[in-house]
Amino acid sequence: MKIAVCVKQVPDTWAEKKLRSDDSTLDREAADGVMNELDEYAVEEALKLQAAHGGEVTIVTMGPERAGETVRKALSMGADAAIHLVDDSLHGSDALATSYAIATILDGRGFDLIFFGSESTDARMSVVPAMVAERLGVAQLTFAQKVDVSGTSVTIQRTTDYGFETVEASMPAVLSVVEKINEPRYPSFKGIMAAKKKPVETLSIADAGLDASQLGLSAAWTVVEDFAARPPKAAGTIVTDEGDGGVKLADYLATQKFI
Amino acid sequence: MSEVLVVVEHADGSVKKVTSELLTLARTLGEPSAVWIGPGYSEAAAATLGEFGAAKVYVADGAQYIDHPVAPRAEVLASLVSEQAPSAVLIASSADGKETAGRLAIKINSGVITDAIGISADGIATQSVFGGSTVVHSKVTKGTPIFTVRPNSTPPVAAATTPTRVDVSVPVSEVAMKAKVTGRTVAQKDGRPDLSEAAIVVSGGRGVGSPEGFAVIEALADSLGAAVGASRAATDAGWYPHQYQVGQTGKTVSPQLYVANGISGAIQHRAGMQTSKTIVVVNKDPEAPLFELADFGVVGDLFQVVPQLTEEIKKRA
Repeated sequence: MKIAVCVKQVPDTWAEKKLRSDDSTLDREAADGVMNELDEYAVEEALKLQAAHGGEVTIVTMGPERAGETVRKALSMGADAAIHLVDDSLHGSDALATSYAIATILDGRGFDLIFFGSESTDARMSVVPAMVAERLGVAQLTFAQKVDVSGTSVTIQRTTDYGFETVEASMPAVLSVVEKINEPRYPSFKGIMAAKKKPVETLSIADAGLDASQLGLSAAWTVVEDFAARPPKAAGTIVTDEGDGGVKLADYLATQKFI
Repeated sequence: MSEVLVVVEHADGSVKKVTSELLTLARTLGEPSAVWIGPGYSEAAAATLGEFGAAKVYVADGAQYIDHPVAPRAEVLASLVSEQAPSAVLIASSADGKETAGRLAIKINSGVITDAIGISADGIATQSVFGGSTVVHSKVTKGTPIFTVRPNSTPPVAAATTPTRVDVSVPVSEVAMKAKVTGRTVAQKDGRPDLSEAAIVVSGGRGVGSPEGFAVIEALADSLGAAVGASRAATDAGWYPHQYQVGQTGKTVSPQLYVANGISGAIQHRAGMQTSKTIVVVNKDPEAPLFELADFGVVGDLFQVVPQLTEEIKKRA
């Protein structure tokens, strides 16, 4: 079984994020880069399936050279190889462009399963997996809280507001996972050492056969007009409970007409 | 006036509140036409859609549209966009809604903006990003703009019409049927409102301490007719089910009132609730960062304060 896991380097989950004043894109220099947290769950799920069913796990990413750190982390968790699309002209690519680039890289490589995290903690759109499925014309099995593989058939539990849907498809399929699905492993020392010797295929957009006019900020399907820090909230009223905290809170809710 | 398509969110045949909000918002952009996809369209649904100003309702009735996730919905919408040439498409910011928007964007080669909290008459969307710390205005520059809109961001205002029903029949492609829904499991039947749509959310975090501790959170929620939420610390500890998690890796909510109990307020949590209109915080640690966001806060033991509050609310009801 050939498995791809698409990962993204994002600003540290715990860091305050901001936009750049010059081109309104995410300021990636302002914080340490880490692997998007939900992508760790995708890597873990791929490695578990590989352990049970055999095959190979390939990490796929696009992003600046620095995103190589995220590739190394995924390899040190146990993935076998990686493909890294790195090109200055990718800067500012939106979801349509990203899905175009990723689908093009994946197309024709014979992957049976293509994993994603269900969203990135920076852009939070949750659309790229569905877009990649659309572009590749393969089954979409997204928001998975459980994945089962049997022969060439894949069944997932798709998380919904009311519980879950059971969804089935034949390979190939695009999957995205939610954090409920597993507990990602930490890279071991041995894994970190081994990752240094694993193959990373670095591609430019020309290598990948991508059309530059469809990528980057100038090609984006949307444009940021302006942005601003949210005005600071006026300080609220804080009281210390002296046995009547609940009553005071009820008084407040009454003045606000909630009760 | 130009036509604006509004995709109806519905469950068990009834229209969800977010759809009335989207219809209200659509009226600032043009004339709203609702799009009902799936079985179960009824007189009652038509009445609700008409109440909020849907001039037309396109009805794509059939189980085939919902027995395969997302892809058939995008096909129905792509067909409507090419036939009707609307000026915009509005979809609720649910998981299905965002994915439908994404697939539609590719089919009709158009830009998509997700999680809008407002759209101006000239099509500029407002988004609140990075956990509410930054407000962004942006617009779609190519094709027919597609917006997904957060629940609770536009107060629904009635504008009664009698909608014309227009039946549409779009064949579902082989590709869109590759993934098949074979079962639906209802995990939650607690009678509370949907977390993402609720006007009031009462949530609990690390300070709740145990699964049993959530009983006081639930009791307060029920006294207010609220949904229950939980921080990641509480869901990771297994005290409350994952689907109730509010935060960066869980649900984003924007209710009229958010009551946070025993939640310190790491960015992970704030990202999911910072745009709530009124925020109330109960925490025994006066240094808890969430107090910075509080309109009203009580420094105290939630097991004292919350039951007392619940009693007071019942008394005053």
